[in-house]
Amino acid sequence: MNLLIGAVTIGLILALLGLGVFISYRIYDTIDLTADGSFGVGAACVAALLVRGVDPLLATLVAMLAGVVAGGITGVLHTQFLVNVFLAGVLTSTALYSVSLFLMGSGNLALGQADSLMTLAERLGQRLLGLPSSVMLFGTPVSGESIATLILMLLLAGGLALLLAFFLGTDLGLAMRAAGDNPRMAKAVAIDVDRMVVLGLALSNGLIALAGALFAQNAGFASIDMGIGALVTGLANLMLGEALLGRRPIGRWIAGALVGAVIFRLLVAAALRAGLNANALKLVTAVLVFAVLVLPQLRRKARPGIQAEGTRSHV
Amino acid sequence: MSEVALRLEAISHVFHPGTSSEVQALDRVDLQLERGTFTVVLGTNGSGKSSLLNAIAGSLALPQGRIYLDAQEVTRWPEQRRARLISRVFQNPFTGTASDLSVAENLVLAGGRGRRRWLRRALSRDRRRALRDAVAQLGMNLEDRLDTPIGLLSGGQRQALTVLMATMVRPTLLLLDEHTAALDPRSAEQVVRLTQQAIREGGLTTLMVTHSMTEAVELGDRVLVMHRGRVAYDLGDLRRRRLAEDDLLRFFDQLRWADRLDDSAAEMLRRTYV
Repeated sequence: MNLLIGAVTIGLILALLGLGVFISYRIYDTIDLTADGSFGVGAACVAALLVRGVDPLLATLVAMLAGVVAGGITGVLHTQFLVNVFLAGVLTSTALYSVSLFLMGSGNLALGQADSLMTLAERLGQRLLGLPSSVMLFGTPVSGESIATLILMLLLAGGLALLLAFFLGTDLGLAMRAAGDNPRMAKAVAIDVDRMVVLGLALSNGLIALAGALFAQNAGFASIDMGIGALVTGLANLMLGEALLGRRPIGRWIAGALVGAVIFRLLVAAALRAGLNANALKLVTAVLVFAVLVLPQLRRKARPGIQAEGTRSHV
Repeated sequence: MSEVALRLEAISHVFHPGTSSEVQALDRVDLQLERGTFTVVLGTNGSGKSSLLNAIAGSLALPQGRIYLDAQEVTRWPEQRRARLISRVFQNPFTGTASDLSVAENLVLAGGRGRRRWLRRALSRDRRRALRDAVAQLGMNLEDRLDTPIGLLSGGQRQALTVLMATMVRPTLLLLDEHTAALDPRSAEQVVRLTQQAIREGGLTTLMVTHSMTEAVELGDRVLVMHRGRVAYDLGDLRRRRLAEDDLLRFFDQLRWADRLDDSAAEMLRRTYV
């Protein structure tokens, strides 16, 4: 039971990662390599602030802002200085590695007894819902903190997904989608495509850094390698969601990223329990994304006469 | 507001300057378009007619010359800023629409030309109703397909919607870039009819590039023939001159003659001096 709750909680946190990757990969049709760095800097930033006794809410917001700035830098490098988008992402990501080390002072930083959003959730749970410090669920004792954390993450991930869905239906959100879909058309209807790309990458990396900040608080520590593979995990979440819920309408697509992340995490937990070596996790994730990318093309090639579609990138 | 909607002063553009493939796409072109007139640009491939349109729209940087819209200089304005005043229909219907977005979303994006885009819900009930009415006016039974991704429609349907997108917010200048060339004859005819209707209703100033002389003579108040980056012929006030296709064909023949003369002159020089 504890394992299940833990997996769903992490799934919901990584769902924010999926939402961030959704913006860069699906709206802008680009691979934003800033993601790993943003996730890491989000974790490092929140840990550095929390051990100094900063209010958890403020610390989390600052960590998110760090991601916004990181994404913005990648966007400006790409649109104003015409740096290739992959290179721009790698440059920012590499720089963020040092920033993270600098923030934490070392490769690891344990939160220890510091206040975090999770302890805040526990206290709120006790006060508002009267959650005891331990509950019996289906015959197993479960700590009140983990239930409170689960509820908080559910509200946060669900709320942000709704907010994103609403945003993409506003004038500004629609302008962003047009800029990603067809830059020439967007310019022709007076949309500043460069500005939309910067905004989109900032938003994307803000969400990813938030995921990193929550992940670190949930784990009780931050480490320099936390962000490695974040992008691929986000892609896996997103693709699993697309396979389950499809892409239309856009609200369903976004819900898919959420559901995909949770189910992916449950699968991971099950695989680990069944004896999968935890070291192989990133290998398995990468292979999974690879399979999702390649399978449709193999299927198309198997039917003669239909051309396999190559990957494309607008940004 | 002046009577001149667009004024070009000696605009020039060179492709690949300083290389062996250097091309003078625009060679000190001067042009004025009176408000509410329909001007057609003809010319062979590589004559500079597309460059002219791109230079006006802002998608081609100009090393020389000035551009004024409504007596306001816009030479340094980037494309998306000029698009507040200039709307454009491209040759390829795919260029002017965002395939993955729905018909309604594409239209509302075009309706936002010159409006501040902020956090207002894009497809409010009022806006939807207005869009539905506008689409119904096209008479193509598209009003029930507002939520269909525009990429699923035919080229003709997309281009008809693009014409609507270009004219629903009244532009100072409408640019038509061979916008019926990629369509089948029936769709082309329909799109021309819709374009004419929108231009008449809005009293729009229009600049159209085309290959079709029939279209040029039927639609234009004025025909420009571009050649080697210059306006070779400026045939104003077509109605009075009763210009016919034959006359235009004759002009093209003259141009071809001029070309051949140039070539033979060059040949002669080469033989003499090299």
